[in-house]
Amino acid sequence: MTVQSISAAEVSKKVVNKKPLFILDVRNEDAFADWKIEGESIEHLNKPYFDLLDGVEEIITYLPEEKEIVVACAKEGSSQMIAEMLLEEGVEAKFLEGGMKSWSEHLEPVKIGNLTDGAELFQFVRLGKGCLSYMVIADGEAAVIDATRMTDTFLNFAKEKNAVIKHVFDTHLHADHISGGRVIAEAAGAAYYLPPADAGEVTFDFQEITDGWKVGLGKSNVEIEALYTPGHTIGSTSFIVNNQYLLTGDILFIDSIGRPDLAGRAEDWVGDLRDSLYSRYPALAEELIVLPAHFMKMGELNNDGSVAKKLKDLFTENHGLNIKDTQEFRDMVTINLPPQPNAYEEIRKTNMGKITPEEEEQREMEIGPNRCAVR
Amino acid sequence: MKADKVLNAKGLACPMPIVKTRKEMKEMEAGEILEIQATDKGAKADLTAWANSGGHTLLDHEEADDVFTFWIKKG
Repeated sequence: MTVQSISAAEVSKKVVNKKPLFILDVRNEDAFADWKIEGESIEHLNKPYFDLLDGVEEIITYLPEEKEIVVACAKEGSSQMIAEMLLEEGVEAKFLEGGMKSWSEHLEPVKIGNLTDGAELFQFVRLGKGCLSYMVIADGEAAVIDATRMTDTFLNFAKEKNAVIKHVFDTHLHADHISGGRVIAEAAGAAYYLPPADAGEVTFDFQEITDGWKVGLGKSNVEIEALYTPGHTIGSTSFIVNNQYLLTGDILFIDSIGRPDLAGRAEDWVGDLRDSLYSRYPALAEELIVLPAHFMKMGELNNDGSVAKKLKDLFTENHGLNIKDTQEFRDMVTINLPPQPNAYEEIRKTNMGKITPEEEEQREMEIGPNRCAVR
Repeated sequence: MKADKVLNAKGLACPMPIVKTRKEMKEMEAGEILEIQATDKGAKADLTAWANSGGHTLLDHEEADDVFTFWIKKG
């Protein structure tokens, strides 16, 4: 018998469907502490592979007999070795194909809903990193919002749906992950749009999105409208799709709000953030369904694997929308912030076009959890 | 830095740099220094953690032309 593997896509299905899984993570302890495969039904044991080279006997008593076991490492090699050693001891375990690298890059498309005239809205859930991207498809045309650098996924998805990508947006200049927007726009011959206030140092051509700007898709009635909501960055822009959905970017999440400090300007932007969350969003229809650009915890996922909630519910449940005192709000978003995302300065420079790292470097830059929120 | 032995682990992917380092180390005396050359990006964090858990000391490391060089003193 040989050792079996399991793909990131299969693991992600299990996470979403809350199927029990035992992850034996054989990366070093720092890497595990920083970032791991998470989910309500997931149990872990972290034991670095280099501590198991003399044999795996010592950990076997800690492994469940009934549960499916997956060995995970950074890239694959070490987990395969450990899975083979386990098999020699009579323990069946699969190894994660492509390791945490593949886990970080896997995108799971989830249909959010139907719009008018047969139009559809999809969310691309990047479970390993907490990034959420979107595609609106109507009458053979598509718009992509906040795409990640796994650009083939978006291009192929549009092709399968017989749609031509016409418009590519980023809600802001991202600091935690590398945008795939420009690459997708070039490949599809589409327009790439950025909020001009974020794009002062950008080295490539783009189209400006400003407050109230609207675009339609094909001959459908589907309309995407921009709403200027600064605060996470000075350009941060939300999009309203067909008066049904509110794409909030990194301003409002399900259980947290955006942090204003990733471009080094927390003190300056906290007033803008307050205004976006406490004046601009409350002026909108409460029935809008909020679709953010990130999630932080697996608990934010709905049962179908989507991350979406009515604006009305967020006004009652999200702590960040319920701080009456302005000073308290200011303190919360400027003091005791979580650590900044890995390599966020290099990521911003990459998204500005100032540097062009190789793919391997881009992967390294994105390693670790996203940290765009404050709670 | 002067090493007692040099291990070429260039081009090897994880876990081989550590597997080979461990093998070399076994044949060395306490206090001797092993120089390891590797190209795997994960090698740095893993060698550091491995050296600590095994009672060895990572004396120094450097990166030049995509090659990582480490000097580990056997504990």
